[in-house]
Amino acid sequence: MPAKKDEGKENSKVDKQAIRERIKEREALIAQNFVLAEQEMTRLQQELQKEHQKVLYWEAKAKGAEKEHFNGLRLEIERQQKRLALPEQIVYQSTALRLAPKQTVVKNVVMAFLVGGTICLAGQVILNIFLQNGLAEKEAGAATSALLVFLGAFLTGLGYYDELGKVAGAGSIVPITGFANSIVSSAMEFKREGFVYGVGARLFTVAGPVIVYGTLVSILVGLIYFFINRANFTLL
Amino acid sequence: MAQKKMGKQTLQFSSAPVITSAAAVVGPKEGQGPLGDKYDMVCDDTYLGEKTWENAEQKMMQYSMELALEKRGLLPADLDFYLAGDLLNQIISANYTARFLNAPFLGLYGACSTMAEGLCLAGILLEGGFGERIGVSVSSHHDTAERQFRYPTELGAQRPMTAQWTVTGGGSCVLERIGTGVKLTHATIGKIKDMGVSNSNDLGSAMAPAALDTIKTHLEDLGRKVDDYDLIITGDLGIFGHTLLKELMQKEGYPVERLSDCGVLIYDPNQDTHSGGSGCGCSAVVLAAHLMEKLHKGEYQRIFFVGTGALLSPISVFQGETIPCIAHGVVLEAPSNE
Repeated sequence: MPAKKDEGKENSKVDKQAIRERIKEREALIAQNFVLAEQEMTRLQQELQKEHQKVLYWEAKAKGAEKEHFNGLRLEIERQQKRLALPEQIVYQSTALRLAPKQTVVKNVVMAFLVGGTICLAGQVILNIFLQNGLAEKEAGAATSALLVFLGAFLTGLGYYDELGKVAGAGSIVPITGFANSIVSSAMEFKREGFVYGVGARLFTVAGPVIVYGTLVSILVGLIYFFINRANFTLL
Repeated sequence: MAQKKMGKQTLQFSSAPVITSAAAVVGPKEGQGPLGDKYDMVCDDTYLGEKTWENAEQKMMQYSMELALEKRGLLPADLDFYLAGDLLNQIISANYTARFLNAPFLGLYGACSTMAEGLCLAGILLEGGFGERIGVSVSSHHDTAERQFRYPTELGAQRPMTAQWTVTGGGSCVLERIGTGVKLTHATIGKIKDMGVSNSNDLGSAMAPAALDTIKTHLEDLGRKVDDYDLIITGDLGIFGHTLLKELMQKEGYPVERLSDCGVLIYDPNQDTHSGGSGCGCSAVVLAAHLMEKLHKGEYQRIFFVGTGALLSPISVFQGETIPCIAHGVVLEAPSNE
């Protein structure tokens, strides 16, 4: 099996030079890869594969600077392989794009507006009721949030919220009820893996990014607000 | 026509397909191990110049196949089939390698037994006359496996002494219907054995009964004795699992001197792997680098190579399921002197 190892020694010098030159020659061919015939493409692909495994074989045997050299050569070949595959992919993808079923954007936007608006309206009504019953503005806001979160969680538990989301899209994700939905649905989903590795580990799978980046942005906004205020102050 | 199935689970390949070429690509830790100078390529780091470990693992599998082809003077286009698998979700290393090779591809999942599984299937395809040449590859990577099956790689968790170290490496074989090389004469397809072990940090003891079952069935099916083999080598039972298997074999009245394990051979005890190596790559690189050489030199005339796989998933572990294990075996014989 390792018979080929040494007979290649003499050969490999010649081949190395040939491969280096071939890479240069091929560059021009690949540059016009959009107009190449399919046969020619296949031939080039196979040629590249052949060279790739040859250079890899030398690289595996080589040491130090020689190894680096082969590595560079191999990366060149890999780059050409990627470029050669590109046009076929682009042509196919544009065909697929042309035939893809259209997204129902207008309908989605309208439904999101209606459902999202309704949830917000409900929130406003709840807030007003709290205010009328003598809660201070800040407390009424907190109580409203709590009630909406409860409703979102409750409807998720009963299995209604995902039905709503199917129709409403962003309309039911963006309000605070959507946040409740993201946490409760995770909790329900991962309970099967137990309370430690399941619920505990994955409760915030969906809501996690919202919390992390929400906090981060609030800090940034706070800092900006702080410095603008200070600038005004010193100017005065 | 000669009888193809012997006993309960053993297949006989009367045309004796041959492994004409094999190659192993490994990471630095394996390169420092006792078999370090036998691998075809030892990578300087575990990234291979890629951005992710997943990409690096895929490259290792690809390189091992390319090197095996190059050694034999073949091209990917010469392969009638390509059989490959790995440990990652949806066997992505194998899928991307098959994309590169552009050969008819069947993806396999047999966890760490995948190399043996691939050899069994390649033998069946070649014996059936469905092709002339078949490539078989597997790979595993310590860091991708840790990420998927256990913890983030930088987590300061203490590994128990039964834990094994997933081998970073890819191994490939080229099998041909006609040619000279290591002969594949029999294959024994294993059955799932589940002895109720659910600790994913102790795969050795989970898999030992599966290995025992396959070895026993194989010997019974062919009416052979342990002494008919120069070596019976399991895939990745590791130090603890290997000790257990010896104990089990002894209880059944088999001699155990010719028993060995790839997971024991691949690392030096000083390398702090606890219970030895594991992963698809483990048995594959030991086969491609070490066992093939011994067979070619004639130091071994006939060996029984038993790939062992723990077919768990992170989800099944969290759900408290026990670990179903499997072992497939193939008989490899030294090339005839022609």
